[in-house]
Amino acid sequence: MASSQPAKPPLIGQPSSAQRGSQPGLRYPASGKTIYHRPLNRSRTQELSQASFAYLFGEMVSYAQKRVTGIQDLEKRLNTQGHPIGLKLLDLLLYREPPRTQTRPLHIIALLQFITTILWKHLFSRPADALEKSSNPETPDEYMISDNEPLVNQYISVPKEMNQLNCAAFVAGIIEGVCDGSGFPARVTAHSVGKGEEGELWPGKTVFLVKFQPEVVEREAYLGRT
Amino acid sequence: MVVYALIIINKAGGLIYQRDFAEGLNKLSINDYLVLAGTFHGVHAISTRLNPLHSSTARSSTDSRPEPPSGIEVLETENFRLQCFSTLTGTKFLLFTEPDQPNVDAIIRRIYELYADYVMKNPFYQIEMPIRCEVFDRRLGQYLRPLNSR
Repeated sequence: MASSQPAKPPLIGQPSSAQRGSQPGLRYPASGKTIYHRPLNRSRTQELSQASFAYLFGEMVSYAQKRVTGIQDLEKRLNTQGHPIGLKLLDLLLYREPPRTQTRPLHIIALLQFITTILWKHLFSRPADALEKSSNPETPDEYMISDNEPLVNQYISVPKEMNQLNCAAFVAGIIEGVCDGSGFPARVTAHSVGKGEEGELWPGKTVFLVKFQPEVVEREAYLGRT
Repeated sequence: MVVYALIIINKAGGLIYQRDFAEGLNKLSINDYLVLAGTFHGVHAISTRLNPLHSSTARSSTDSRPEPPSGIEVLETENFRLQCFSTLTGTKFLLFTEPDQPNVDAIIRRIYELYADYVMKNPFYQIEMPIRCEVFDRRLGQYLRPLNSR
């Protein structure tokens, strides 16, 4: 096919059809430099438009809503969308820490503090509002991170018939990714705790329930003894 | 200074939002509100046609797009004033206020902003359908309550 148009040079930035065939949907700039070639610290202080994020997230929710069987299924899908982001952010944020604190968190508390301060500041430019351990003695493996006004939910009104849903399940997925990536496998879920009363201070308050796997708690107890 | 009520009409002339903020207007039945919205939409459409065309020289000399004819902007009675703000996409915001309410333009633009934020960015809102967004209701109340109590 190249012989049929010998005089025409290939357009810059457009891969030839052979390349396109081998890597469908992926395009490389003409210089060969992708975002993976950029220094990792370059975008450290850059900010994004919240409006464009809101539209993107709205579409992500709509996409996740297609062909789901129920609210739990929808939350699972949002969680799955967030999980790989958490895995990658763990590495990126540790890399950006000063060299002395670049080690991975080794205890549950250190990990959760990493999440509520460094991860939260990176994602939402502020730390999380509270970090609590479950007071119930039967569930020593549960921790709660609260956010008074999750950024992802700022423009979202969940319809009454779906009031169990909290779209911050996406953020729960990110947290879960960080926990899994650092070797503390956990299940993280997002729950709305606002009562929907008139004049409430934080109507959108959300609690992220972090439930670690039993082996994590077991290891933690062993580490504590030595 | 009282803002009585807000009505939002979609581009097909359907009522998609109606809310009272203060006493002062008679309550209508939901059917009457629908008729009011449809009638206003029709009259507004006719009034845009009545509007004399912009002079052809002005249109050809500038390459910028001419302003669309605005149609009815204000409707005033002894007891209230109805200000209409029509967006470029044809959604209409009708604000009922006291006749001497100042800065209605600014209020209505702020309401449009709230609509753009809390309705259009909500993934559960279906476009052109009635607005049932809790956060929009809340923000609207937060914005207009202090104005009315001043």
